[in-house]
Formats: sequence, structure tokens, C-alpha cells
Amino acid sequence: MAKSKIVEKSVEELTYEEALAELEQIVAALEGDASQNPLEEALKLFERGQALVTRCSALLEAAQLKVEKLAGDTVLPFEEESE
Amino acid sequence: MLTFILKPCILPKMPQPSLFSLPHLTVSQLTFRIRKLLEGDPELQDVWVDGELSNVSRPASGHIYFTLKDKNASLRAIMWKTDAARLRLSLQDGMAVEAHGRIAVYEPQGQYQIIANLVQPRGEGALYQEFLRLKAMLEAEGLFDAGRKREIPQLPRKIGIVTSGTGAALRDMLNTLRRRLPLVKVVLAPAPVQGVEAPPALVAALASINRQEPDVILLARGGGSMEDLWAFNDERVVRAVAASQAPVICGVGHETDFTLCDFAADLRAPTPTAAAELATQITVLDLAGYLENMRARISSLTSDLIADQKLTVTALASRLRYVSPARRIETEQQHLDELARRSLSAFVHRNQLQAIHVRGIAHRLESLNPLAVLKRGYAVVTKKKDATVISKVRQVNAGEAIQVRVSDGTFDAEIVNPQS
Repeated sequence: MAKSKIVEKSVEELTYEEALAELEQIVAALEGDASQNPLEEALKLFERGQALVTRCSALLEAAQLKVEKLAGDTVLPFEEESE
Repeated sequence: MLTFILKPCILPKMPQPSLFSLPHLTVSQLTFRIRKLLEGDPELQDVWVDGELSNVSRPASGHIYFTLKDKNASLRAIMWKTDAARLRLSLQDGMAVEAHGRIAVYEPQGQYQIIANLVQPRGEGALYQEFLRLKAMLEAEGLFDAGRKREIPQLPRKIGIVTSGTGAALRDMLNTLRRRLPLVKVVLAPAPVQGVEAPPALVAALASINRQEPDVILLARGGGSMEDLWAFNDERVVRAVAASQAPVICGVGHETDFTLCDFAADLRAPTPTAAAELATQITVLDLAGYLENMRARISSLTSDLIADQKLTVTALASRLRYVSPARRIETEQQHLDELARRSLSAFVHRNQLQAIHVRGIAHRLESLNPLAVLKRGYAVVTKKKDATVISKVRQVNAGEAIQVRVSDGTFDAEIVNPQS
């Protein structure tokens, strides 16, 4: 299941949600049929998983609240008045 | 002022003293009478007075002293500490209020005053009646039913905010969201939150924010008087909250303020900050914890996998050893040793049997030895000439030489007088 997604996109291009979803798939794959996974494949999954964890952590660290403002139905960036 | 200032030159007409002297009262008696008059009037003991606040002072005693006034008159007022503690607004000079209390007379000063037990912004009483009427009506329509409430998503990606674009409420909410879940995207639909233009603006803001399809909407406003919060009791706004596609968390005013929007919303928050907290039940810390858990799981899964593989390899190695030629040679060797051991013991056994057998035969041989009987007194007699054994009388003749064998040797003899 996770196999098809692997190596499709480099980890650095993934959004937080994408990275987390793939990470969950990898864990499920590793948990599910561990014995059926060829060891080499499992190790690849593991490395990919590690990379995804790093990516997610980095995104969490760096996350900045994005605020937009509506003017009617037009979306504008919102500048907070600084104190 | 009981002292007359007499200025005879200016006042030509002196009051004529009565022919009969009137009863005199002391100041205390008069004041007491006035007090009885005022404090005995039930209407003055349970009265609402509208006026403007001035000379508000709050000494260390905790009581509040102020004056209520309007264009033409003023009224001294006191609020005792216990009632003052329950005040929802802080009294300021110039504030238009309505006060409830009883009229009392302070005899030492000859002053009447109102002992107020409640002071609220003017019009609040009427507003409250209107609030109750609307609440009952909308409640009867089922607008506030618990069954209408929707789940608030635990981890929203997009949060809509409807509030004033400039107030502290917005700043508090954005700070809370930034602290708890900076991953979230915020869309703000600013709208005035008080005044006549507020209700239609809030309705329009709710509609346009819904078109952005947020996961949840925060409808918020900072604290204020009941009149300030009134837009959130406006029927149009309440209906718009109930009709919102996205679930609404309403955080208007302070903990103690309830608006009809609170009842119509899917979730009521005591303050704007609390609304932002309720919208982010899962925080960035929780996510980091979850991630750490995932990391630990794939780590342990992988090391389990490797341990499994090691076990398999170990098992195969031992099976391999079992089928290896070396092992077979060992087995054969052992088999040989076994055979050798068994053959040796068989050999020994047979020898022993043989020995027993031989001893038996020797014994039997012994018993068959004819010479054995000689020990018991028998003798063997043979002819001297040819050594034939003599067992019958007719075999011998008188005078014939014979040999007699006894147990320990032989001697010769001669046949005398044979008879049969």
C-alpha cells in the first residue's frame, strides 16, 4: 500500500498533512505484514519514515500562523497592528 | 437652614407672630419625623432612579459613595461593600445609569440619600426583558436544541474568525492560536461588534466566512456592558449563527456574560481566548508527542524486524549444522563406537557363557570317570594277559593271573575256586 507512494515525492516537498499521512501508512505497513516485507524494503520504509518524522518536526517547529482577511469575498493578507 | 437672617431695611413686611404659640420641635425630632415620612413610604423603599454618576469615590471601607444627578437635581447615594462587590461594571463619573435601592435619611447631616443595591447601565433592565422574550421565542423554535449542536473538529486546518478587526479579542485569539496550533490557517471576516450597523455586518461576515469553508468559526467579542454586547442578542445574528454551515464557537464578553449567540452556537466559550483554545483541542505539543510516538514505533518495528531476521538466520544456521557432512561423520562415528561397544560386551558375555558351559561339562565328565567309584571301595579286575575287564565268572579259570585296580594303585592276584 505505502509502496506506491514511496519515492514519488521528496520528503522536503511534502506538506505537514501529506508527510504525516505517509508516516502513518509506513507505520501501518511495518506493523501489518512485517514478515512479508523483504528486509531491504522494510529498511527503506524505515529510513523514509525517519525522514518523514524529521520533516514533520521541522514543519511544526517552523510553523507560522497564516492569517488572511476577507473584504467581502476577496481574500487579503492580514497585517496585525504591532504593539 | 433654620436661621433667619433679618434685614429689616430690605424686608419691610415682618411675619406676624401668631396669636397662639405653635409647638416647637427640636432638630432631632423634626429630622426623625422626616425620616419616618420617607422611610415609611413603600414606594421610596423599592425604587429605580435614572441618572448620571458624579463624585464617585470608593474609600478603603469598600463602600461606594456617589451622586446621581440629572439636569435639575442631584441625589446622594451610597452602595454598601457587599453590594459593591457584586457590581458588574466599574462606576465612572458621567456614566448614565439606573440605580435600584431605598431612600434613607442620614440624621447627623440632615440628608436624605439613596442606599443603592444595584447599579447598571441605563436601559439594561429593559434590554434584559427583551433578552428573555427573544430567548423564550427562539428556544421554543428549537434553535438552541442540544440535538442541533455539531462536533467541533479536534484538529482544524482552517479557522474562520468573525470579530472586530481592531479589538483586543482578535489579538488574544490570534496569540492563542499562534501558541497552540500555528499550523492552522486563519481567515478573518472583520465586522463591527456594537452599534446599529453591527447585526447586519455580523450576519454578512458569517455568510462570507462560510463561503471560505472553514472547519470551525470563532464568533467573538471582548467584554462590555449588556448594551455593548447587544448585537449578539440580535435575532438576525442569532439565526445566522444557528444557520452557519461550519460549527460556531461563540466567545462573547466575560465568563458571566451570556448572549443568545452563546445558546445558538455549537459551543459556548467564556471568553474569546477560551474560544480559540476550544477550537484547538490538539495543540502543536500534542502533535510533537504523536510524532515522537510514531518515530519510536517505526524504530522499534524495524529493530523487531531485524531481531526476527537474526532469529531466523540463527535457526537456519543450526539446521544447516545439523545436516552438514561433519555432523554425519560424527553420527557415523558414534554409531560405530556404539557397535564396537555392543560387540565387545556380546563377546565378553559369550565367553562367560562358554566358561560356565565348560565347567559343567568337566563336572559331568568327572562324574563319569570309572575310577571315581574305586574311592568308595569298588575295584576293577582285569586279566593280566590282555587287560580285559572281568565282569563275569565264566570269563576266568582257576589259577589265572589277574590284576586288581583300587583307588590308589594296582596289585596282582590269582583266581581261586571260581563258581557261578
